[in-house]
Amino acid sequence: MSKKRPLSFYLLAAFFGLFVLFLYGPFSAIFLLSLQGPEGQLTFPMRGFSFYWLGEVFQQQRVGDFVSAFQRSFLLGLLVMAITVALSVLAGMAFRSKFWGSNLIFYLTISSLIVPSILVSLGIGIVFSLLGIDNQWYSSALAGHLTWTLPFAFLIMVGVFNRFNPSYEEASRDLGANDSQTFWQILLPLIAPSLIGVGLFGFTLSYDEFTRTSLISGENNTLPLEIFGMTTNVTTPALYALGTLTTAFSFLLIGVAVAAFQLLSHRQEG
Amino acid sequence: MNIGTKINSVGKTNAVCDLGLTAQGVSLRSVSKKYGSFVAVENLNLDIPAGDYCCLLGPSGCGKTTTLRMIAGHEDVTSGDVLIGDRHVNNLPPAKRDTAMMFQNYALFPHKTVWQNVDFGLKMRKIPQSDRRTRVGEMLELIGLSHLAERKPVQLSGGQQQRVALARALVTRPKVLLLDEPLSALDETLRLRMRGELRKIQKQFGMTFIQVTHGVDEAFALSDQIVVMNHGHIEQVATPAEVFRTPASQFVAKFMGDQNIFTGKVINCIADTNSDLIELDVKGIGSLFCRGYGAVIGNEAACSIRADLVELEPYSAATSIPSTKQNHISVRITAVELTGYVTRVSLMAEKTGQELLYKVRTDDWHNSSLQEGQLIILRWSADDCIFLAH
Repeated sequence: MSKKRPLSFYLLAAFFGLFVLFLYGPFSAIFLLSLQGPEGQLTFPMRGFSFYWLGEVFQQQRVGDFVSAFQRSFLLGLLVMAITVALSVLAGMAFRSKFWGSNLIFYLTISSLIVPSILVSLGIGIVFSLLGIDNQWYSSALAGHLTWTLPFAFLIMVGVFNRFNPSYEEASRDLGANDSQTFWQILLPLIAPSLIGVGLFGFTLSYDEFTRTSLISGENNTLPLEIFGMTTNVTTPALYALGTLTTAFSFLLIGVAVAAFQLLSHRQEG
Repeated sequence: MNIGTKINSVGKTNAVCDLGLTAQGVSLRSVSKKYGSFVAVENLNLDIPAGDYCCLLGPSGCGKTTTLRMIAGHEDVTSGDVLIGDRHVNNLPPAKRDTAMMFQNYALFPHKTVWQNVDFGLKMRKIPQSDRRTRVGEMLELIGLSHLAERKPVQLSGGQQQRVALARALVTRPKVLLLDEPLSALDETLRLRMRGELRKIQKQFGMTFIQVTHGVDEAFALSDQIVVMNHGHIEQVATPAEVFRTPASQFVAKFMGDQNIFTGKVINCIADTNSDLIELDVKGIGSLFCRGYGAVIGNEAACSIRADLVELEPYSAATSIPSTKQNHISVRITAVELTGYVTRVSLMAEKTGQELLYKVRTDDWHNSSLQEGQLIILRWSADDCIFLAH
């Protein structure tokens, strides 16, 4: 085991270390600064150590309402996730066979991703006011987020179904199951692990979406908009504490998704 | 419903298990399958009697799997009729055809246990719970996997997975079992064992088995009837012995392997008591004599001689005279391959460069003093040589 490693190993390891530092360095600074004592400032050096600022986030802020913004973003994320999963599965199923215009729809869907986000936001705002619908996080902002998550999820599902072995469904039909039984009892459980990925993807894309929400969130801010507002107004480490908390939430979410994925995969492996 | 025996002891007893299994025959009438302009299967006519083990044999892309899937109902028939028993089943879904399919790689549901996999077909057919329990239990008993009922498919070995797939197919009491390359996923040793088990089960229940395979050995070992297919049509339908002894076409002879095939022009045809004696003019070699029917003088045709029916003798210029009884050509030994009981000797025709094969008992080969590189005479009887019109 004590085989001597070549110099290139250490060089590449150092390079990888830099890469990790590059990824997590900025956040580490915010994380550390959010754990200061009550006299803490916005810059280093740290003054003391406490969880004071983390608690402060949940107090009513003079210039922002973090808790209700979080609730809105969380609900919006769940809504986007549910719609994204349901529609992308249906679209993926449809695209397993060629139909008239399927190529056109496919490329239109994918190319919609290159339309600048701010224009999408603007367009939705205009159309919604034309239709006389109020701009709200649960109406226009939801629509804006779906223009972002659906094409991605659709692409993923096309890939999932490409790899899906149709003989499972044939075996199911051979054994007397009808189409709906085959879908619910065979197909859906088998693609469930992929659906968790799609769901998590949909949620996170929505949860931290800024540009597409910016013009159409209506009177109540989503969390990214709220945080952006705070950066110009809040002058205490509470801002950093907020960053720490939302990041912790994201990690928690990933943990839940991984656990669910493991559970579902485990069901197939016994 | 009692199970008389388990698979392991089937060979010793003729007790028939009462699992409610009966057989039906399958008939194809002018069946064709086209994908756009591509013809996968063309005008197929075939009768498979009830209780037969029938193998559809051919290279990949010959239409054998398509044919099986059309019988199963997983593929629509472009034209023609599929009959199971005397029922016309063209428009029936797979589950209503009294067939069951065993898929290549088995397609066991990975998220269900062995028990749930076997139970699935009964559950979908709305069989009462208590009946289901008995029937699944019996079936698992039969395949000897009762103790693994709660396992998931990935926790089973290849052979066990195959048995579960078989149980899942049989539990719905099909009249015809359709098997798509059931042994291709197994390693060599297991393949031989499971081959034996398939044949035993088929005999035990007297069921109709239709199996797709590209393995000549497998088809020979299992079949009552072999259907050799090529390019979407049938080349030959016959028992394994007939296919082995009298291949019907050049394709069949080549596909079986271990055949020496010569192509040439028919120059003479003499009617005889058994079959016609046919003289073929082979370019670079001269006249070869063979037996068969349907030769038309002037036509291009071929003859085939099995590698185990040829003999070698020392070279001498005088023996190379064509006769109506014996064919001779001069060949050079290019390679010797010992495969156990049999030694395979590769030869090259001295005048044409054609590669030929001689199969001989290894002991006999050792007693001969022949060596690689040596020039010798290959000799065979015209009576053993099969005429192939196409």
